[in-house]
Amino acid sequence: MAAAGTSGTGTRSTGSMVAAASTNNVTSFQRRGPRASGADSGCSRLVSIAGTRRSVRNGQLLVSTGLPALDQFLGGGLAVGTVLLIEEDKYNIYSPLLFNYFLAEGIVSGHALLVASAKEDPADILQKLPAPLIDHSYKKECDEDICGHKMESDIKMKIAWRYQLFPKMEGGPVLSSGFGHDYDISKRIPQELIETSKWHGFFLPEKISSTFNVESCSLTSGYMKLLQFIQNIIYEEGFDGSNPQKKQKNILRIGIQNLGSPLWGDDICCAENCDASHSLTKFLYILRALLRTSLSACIITVPTHLIQNKAVIARVTNLSDTVVGLESFIGSEKETNPLYKDYHGLIHIRQIPRLNNLIYDISDVKDLAFKLKKKLFTIERLHLPPDLSDTVSRSSKQDLAESAKLLGPGCGMTAGGKKHLDF
Amino acid sequence: MPWSWEALWEWNAGKKPAQLSVQVPRPCARLCACAECDRSARFIGCGQRNCACALLPRVPVWWVLPSSLRSIRDSPSSHPGPPCVLELGMFPELNNLLNTTPEGAEQGKLTLLCDAKTDGSFLVHHFLSFYLKANCKVCFVALIQSFSHYNIVGQKLGVSLTAARERGQLVVLEGLKSGVDVFFRPREEPHPLQFLREANAGDLQPLYAFVQDALQPVDSGEAAWRCPVLLVDDLSVLLSLGVGPVAVLDFVHYCRATVCQEWKGNVVCLVHDSGDTEDEESDVLLNGLSHQSHLILRAEGLATGFCKDVHGQLRILWRRPLQPTTHRDRSLTYQYKIQDKSVSFFAKGMSPAVL
Repeated sequence: MAAAGTSGTGTRSTGSMVAAASTNNVTSFQRRGPRASGADSGCSRLVSIAGTRRSVRNGQLLVSTGLPALDQFLGGGLAVGTVLLIEEDKYNIYSPLLFNYFLAEGIVSGHALLVASAKEDPADILQKLPAPLIDHSYKKECDEDICGHKMESDIKMKIAWRYQLFPKMEGGPVLSSGFGHDYDISKRIPQELIETSKWHGFFLPEKISSTFNVESCSLTSGYMKLLQFIQNIIYEEGFDGSNPQKKQKNILRIGIQNLGSPLWGDDICCAENCDASHSLTKFLYILRALLRTSLSACIITVPTHLIQNKAVIARVTNLSDTVVGLESFIGSEKETNPLYKDYHGLIHIRQIPRLNNLIYDISDVKDLAFKLKKKLFTIERLHLPPDLSDTVSRSSKQDLAESAKLLGPGCGMTAGGKKHLDF
Repeated sequence: MPWSWEALWEWNAGKKPAQLSVQVPRPCARLCACAECDRSARFIGCGQRNCACALLPRVPVWWVLPSSLRSIRDSPSSHPGPPCVLELGMFPELNNLLNTTPEGAEQGKLTLLCDAKTDGSFLVHHFLSFYLKANCKVCFVALIQSFSHYNIVGQKLGVSLTAARERGQLVVLEGLKSGVDVFFRPREEPHPLQFLREANAGDLQPLYAFVQDALQPVDSGEAAWRCPVLLVDDLSVLLSLGVGPVAVLDFVHYCRATVCQEWKGNVVCLVHDSGDTEDEESDVLLNGLSHQSHLILRAEGLATGFCKDVHGQLRILWRRPLQPTTHRDRSLTYQYKIQDKSVSFFAKGMSPAVL
C-alpha cells in the first residue's frame, strides 16, 4: 500500500505541476500538502510544521484547537484547511473561551494569526488570551532542577536499584512546539509572547468606510472586505504556496467572531425573511474555497440561536466542516435540574468532516458536558448522578427521564432520530 | 467463476455439479411469507420474522424446494444475477442491489442521490468509480470538496482520477478552486461559476455551456468512450449560493435533454433533503427532481438515532417517469455500514453485529 501510494503520488505531483504551470500561475500550490495521505509523510519534501501532527487514520494534517479534550472528540484535532463552527451559547459567555483557546494555541505554537471581529479590537482580544499552563511551571521546574540536580545524583537507590540505570526523566512538560497545551484562564498571556507572534487584525468599524458602498455579488460589504483581507494575507504571506522561496511553512489561524450578527451588517438574525439571506452562506463557501487551497484553519462563532430561519442554520452547517454547539444552562430550567448540577452546559458535536476518506473518527460518547473551573475549561462525559434518595419514588424517576430526553438526538451527521435511543 | 441454474438443479437432485471449485453459498429459494419481500428477488430479505431469505454471502440458507425452483427457472430475467466473485472496486454489493455491472450500465437515465440527516457522499464516490470503470466519459462538477479528496477516496475504490483526467476520460470542474478565481480575479469571458459574482439570482447558463462542451461527442471516428455521464456534487449548495431552485431545475432539465435524450448518456446528482427545517427552496428542488428521475437512492439515518454498527438506511426506488405507472414502482430498503474501503449492505435487522 505504501509503495503504491508513493508511486501514485509521484505521478500525481508531476501531473499537477504540469497542469499548474500551464493553466494558471497564480497558485502553483499542490494541495497535496495539507491533504496528503499517509504515504506522503515519508516523503522528504514535506517539512513538518510546528504545532501540527498527522492524523493516525489517514495522515491528515491536524492542528490543536487549544483544548486537548475537544481535540479528542474531534478525532485528534482540527484538520488544516477546514472550518470549525462554534454555535454560540445564549449569552455568549463560553464561546469566547473556545475562541481564545484557539488563538492562544496559535501563539504558543508559533502560527500566524488573523483575528477578525466587529465588536472588539483584535489587539484587545489578544491581550485577554489565557496564559499557557506549562510555561510557568516549566520555568519553575527548570530552576529547581538546576539546583537539585547535583544532590539527586549522589543518592543511590537501595530497593529499586535497577531503575538507577535508567536515564532520568525530564519531568514531562512538553516543548512549546508540541501539540495541545493546557491554559490557565485566570492569568493573561505574557506580553512577550504576543509581541513575538505574527498577527493580523481586522476590526470592522475601522475598515469600513463611511461612504455607502454599492453591494456587489450579494455579499454585505463587511463580508466582502473581510474576504479580500483574508485573501490578501494568504497570498502575500505565502500560505497558499505561491511564494516557493519560503522554506519554513507555517499555518495561518483565522478567527472570526460573531459572524452573522447584525454587527457585520447582516440581518440574518433580525428577520425571518431577510434580503441578504445568501450573504452568510456565500461567505462561508468562499471562505471554504480559500481555506482548502492554503495552509490555514479557521474558527468562527455564529449566534445560531438568533437565526430565526431554520433553513439557513442547516445550510450554514452543511457549508462548515466541523460544527460544535454550546448550550449553557444559565437562564434555562436546566440550571436547577439536579441532573446537571455539576456542569455549566452541554456540548453537542454536530458534525465532523469526512476528509479523504469514507469514514471518520467518531467517538461513542454523545452526551458531553462542559464545566468552567477556576483555571480550566473541561469537557467531560455527562454522568447522571446516582439516585441516592431513600425512597425511590416514581415521580423522581419520571423527572430524570424527562431531562434525559432533553439531551438531544445525538450526533446529527450520522443519523437523526425521532426517538432518543442510542445503541 | 459463474455458476448456472443447471448446476443448482443438479445439486438439488443430489448430484454434485461437474465443476464447483468456488465455494458458493446456496441461495434461499423458499418464497418469503412477508409482504415486503420482493418474491422475484430471492436473495434479498426484509428482516421480518418469518422471512427466511438472506442476503448473500452473509447467511447461507439451505432450504431448496424443487417446485419453487421451477417457478423461478421460468422467469430468470427478473432475478439479480449471481454475484461475480471477481468484481473489485466500487461497492460491489451496491452493484448487486442495483442489478448493474459496469459492462451493462443503462443509458439515458437520471439518477437522483438524496440524503436526509446523514452524509450521502459515499454514493457519489460509488457512481464516480463505477462510471469510470464502465469506460464512460465523465464530467464531474465537484462543488463541495477539493479534487484531491475525491482522488484519494477513488484510489481506495480502485480508480485513479488523475490518470482518468490525463487520458481525457474525466473532466472536473473544481468549484472551490475556480470559485476563488472567479470571485477575486474576475475576467470578462464567461465562467461556469459566474453566478458567484452576480448580485441577484443568476442562471446556470454558463455552467450548462461548460457541461455541453465537456461531454460533446467527438466525431473522430473511433468511439473512445461508451456514453457521456454528468455527475454533480451537489446541487443543494447552488441554492446556498443564491441560485434559485427554478434555475437549478432548468439547468438539470437542459442537461437531461442534451446528455440523456440526445447523447444517450446518464446524469447523476446529489441533493440534500432538508427534512423538517422548512427549507422551501430545497423542497421544490427535491420534489422536482424526484419526478424526473429514473432511479432514486435515498440515504437516511436510522429512525432511532445513532448506531455504531449500522450507519444508516438506503432506499432504492426504481421509477418510470415518462410512462404511466400502471403498477407500483419497485422499492427496496437496506441498511448499510460504511467501512474503510467499501460499504456493506444488509437487510433490515440483519446486521452482523445484531445477529
